[in-house]
Amino acid sequence: MSAAPIVVVRDLVKTFVARGAALRAVDGVSFDVRQGETLGLVGESGSGKSTTGRILVGLEAATSGSINLFGQEISSVRGRVTPAAVRRRLQFVFQDPQNSLNPRMRAQDAIAEPLDVTGGWSRIARDDRVRELLEMVGLPRSCGDRFPHEFSGGQRQRIGIARALALKPDFVICDEPVSSLDVSMQAQIVNLLLDLQERLGLSYLFIAHDLAVVRSISTRVAVMYAGGIVELAPKRELYTSPRHPYTQALLAAVPRITSNRARAAVITGELPSQIDTVPGCTFHPRCPFALERCRIEKPKLREIAPGHLAACHLHETPA
Amino acid sequence: MTEVVLAAAPTQMLAERRRFRVLRKLAAHRSFKIGLVLVAILVLCAIIGPMLTGIDPTAMSIRSRFKPPSARFPFGSDQYGRDILTRVLYGGRLSLSIGLSVALISGVFGAAIGVTAGYFRALDPYVMRLMDALMAFPAILLAIGIGAALGAQASSIVVALSVAYVPRTARIVRASVLVIREMEYLQAARVSGAGDLHIIVKHVLPNCLGPLIVQLTFIFAYAILAEAALSFLGIGPPPPAPSWGNIIAEGRDYSVEAWWVMLFPGLAVSLAALGMNLLGDGLRDVLDPRLKIET
Repeated sequence: MSAAPIVVVRDLVKTFVARGAALRAVDGVSFDVRQGETLGLVGESGSGKSTTGRILVGLEAATSGSINLFGQEISSVRGRVTPAAVRRRLQFVFQDPQNSLNPRMRAQDAIAEPLDVTGGWSRIARDDRVRELLEMVGLPRSCGDRFPHEFSGGQRQRIGIARALALKPDFVICDEPVSSLDVSMQAQIVNLLLDLQERLGLSYLFIAHDLAVVRSISTRVAVMYAGGIVELAPKRELYTSPRHPYTQALLAAVPRITSNRARAAVITGELPSQIDTVPGCTFHPRCPFALERCRIEKPKLREIAPGHLAACHLHETPA
Repeated sequence: MTEVVLAAAPTQMLAERRRFRVLRKLAAHRSFKIGLVLVAILVLCAIIGPMLTGIDPTAMSIRSRFKPPSARFPFGSDQYGRDILTRVLYGGRLSLSIGLSVALISGVFGAAIGVTAGYFRALDPYVMRLMDALMAFPAILLAIGIGAALGAQASSIVVALSVAYVPRTARIVRASVLVIREMEYLQAARVSGAGDLHIIVKHVLPNCLGPLIVQLTFIFAYAILAEAALSFLGIGPPPPAPSWGNIIAEGRDYSVEAWWVMLFPGLAVSLAALGMNLLGDGLRDVLDPRLKIET
């Protein structure tokens, strides 16, 4: 419970309509991000984690729900654009720097684009800022006039990060920033992000499917399943004593080289259809502990221990 | 930060070399080189040729009608005794500038319409149905109609051919824009707060320039051919000012007795079209990485 939350998300819902069927990609997500912390958002493909990030930054419009950024209410529903003053404090790092950098734009222009769009930067101040940013992300100051294809994947992601930092944001959403990189690069980018957080006092929403990466960077971790957060807890607690059966199964599925004990609680079945939603808990068809109640009533995310939230009927009645 | 920071000096050279990659590939492309040389020769001839001969292309001389090619008339003379070589050189100015104007005008309008349709999807069906309607007419027929309506002069040929080629250009640009608009760097720009105009100018246009340039070289070639065809039909630039097309048109009644009147402007048209097509092929091969380059 360190600082006040700078991002407050409540009951965020995003419904995609495809051929007359409504798909609930994000189904009532609520969380806070506090000043200077990293909230990790993990989940498998299609769990709605990326969509959540994209709504926050304004790339998608929410169907309902409320978002409060830096104390200002953002009506992200239906085409309302985030005010420029708020948007400047909120930036986004894309998954694949191969696609998120214009192949015909030099690195310096890609990095300076937020400055150019915002305006009010003289040529000299702009170029100085670009060199400063290049240095900040560990690239040579002189490499600004190169094109994206002349960099390695890791270097390209550094450019993506420099670009996100150009306007001195307070909050950066990283959408799978390392999943397109090999493992050694992943470690370097994660270290860079941690380093920048310390120097600049940034807060991150770190979206990823890789539990190990999330563990190495996060302060708290939220686990998403089928459009909703099933568990949210401080990192250590979530990894050592997961409460939700889905989190438990997820962690048990991580292969270990140190032990050869049989893997526990392997998840069977498939992700539920998010078009024909089943009543009750989204996880109950695959849950080994499902009760009768789980088929009928959807569990709410509630605090089951200090700072530890889970959406599971098993933990509602104090044992 | 242990990532290998590439040593500055060799990287700089590598970067320089890569920057000219397209130029180097073009220099190695045989048909591009042939096309470039052909077009360059024709353009040079059209620009400086008339100055060298020092003859008035409209000067008539009844005594030297229908002279076959000789030292005095290298390409022969026509029914008014005018020097065909001089007329072909002057004609090149008109024909090539018609080709260039049509390529530029249909390029600008085609790009504007294509970007509008591709980027602002709400407008797409309306804009493109209009373009489809224009495309339903064969280009030459449309040009004949517009040319006839505007009267026989060089500018009406340019307008007519531009109207005929704008929809084709727009369709190609729209297709590239549809691909580009899904790219993540557009979203990245939007997150940075960029508006539509910034995104179009900085991201969309530069990335659809490749196919557009290629298309324009072909339009250049078609326009020269179409100018000849329209002149042949009597709706080209009016005589006595020479264009390749109207020299051929004037010579067609005497093609049996005085073959040289049609042959030389005809050759010029063919070479110009061939040159532009080869040039366009080369550009397409180099700018489109999906095609394997055969040199």
